[in-house]
Amino acid sequence: MSDAVAIPVAQPVPIAIPIREILPWAIFLALIALQMIYFIGAEQGAASVISGTFVHEFVHDARHLLGFPCH
Amino acid sequence: MVVRDLLTRGLLAGLLAGLLALGVAEVLGEPQVSRAIAVESQLFKQEHKAPTPVVVSRDVQSTAGLATGLLVIGTAFGGLVALAFAFAYGRIGRVGPKGTSLAVAAAGFVAIYLIPFLKYPANPPSIGQATTIDHRTEIYFGLMLISILTTIGAVILGRRLTTRFGAWNATLIAAGAFVAVIAVVFVVMPGLNEVPAGFPATTLWRFRLGSLATQLALWTAIGLILGPLTERSAGYRRHQALAASR
Repeated sequence: MSDAVAIPVAQPVPIAIPIREILPWAIFLALIALQMIYFIGAEQGAASVISGTFVHEFVHDARHLLGFPCH
Repeated sequence: MVVRDLLTRGLLAGLLAGLLALGVAEVLGEPQVSRAIAVESQLFKQEHKAPTPVVVSRDVQSTAGLATGLLVIGTAFGGLVALAFAFAYGRIGRVGPKGTSLAVAAAGFVAIYLIPFLKYPANPPSIGQATTIDHRTEIYFGLMLISILTTIGAVILGRRLTTRFGAWNATLIAAGAFVAVIAVVFVVMPGLNEVPAGFPATTLWRFRLGSLATQLALWTAIGLILGPLTERSAGYRRHQALAASR
């Protein structure tokens, strides 16, 4: 009974990724992603970077269906 | 290296999820958009208002336009989920890559879409006055920001309470705190109803379900694709092996 077999560990323990490794990627991607979300979700609505209504009209259906305020 | 691998896989998962969401939006959403536009032109006729000039044709809006919007948003959300994964992995208990990925995507869906949707639900064309777009945009994105911050706060609270109350109870307390804060925010924030009298209720209901289904498909697919892709990546394996050997 004394030589009981150790149960093999099936799941490796998840080890956190150091914050300093994530941060530069996080800042860069968050900035790019926010711009993309702005152009699909809000450009030429309440605020307008490009003049006219083309961007708004082009992504019109996606904006409505994704739930962003429109018109 | 592990973050780079995560990001590329997040962007890919987002793009694939965007394709799935596009299918859902075409099948469940577009018929309702068409119906709403038909109602709108009828209302315009009754009020003797001139129809709005066509900048982009309906054919382009419902195909290339919809696809562009969903694929861009999908890819952006996929990247954001990958980043949130990088922060969450190994910090939210003994959850592997598949579980972490699904949990992060679920939190993203609730924070970015579901909470704003419950207070300010999606509207088809013809609902929403042009004069209130500034106000509507402010309160919608304002609520989204509050909801994201509350979600992050709830996760941090849950983590802090785990040592004292155990994972189960700590999660329940954090979830309860989240619901309580959001409930107060819902009561405090201004209401909004711009549905014109006589707008068909069925079209509105189906449009909102279509919107919910589109976003749910997007986030679920990201959550289910990112985990397995990450588990197989060289960067992730090296990270686990390196950290284990220390």
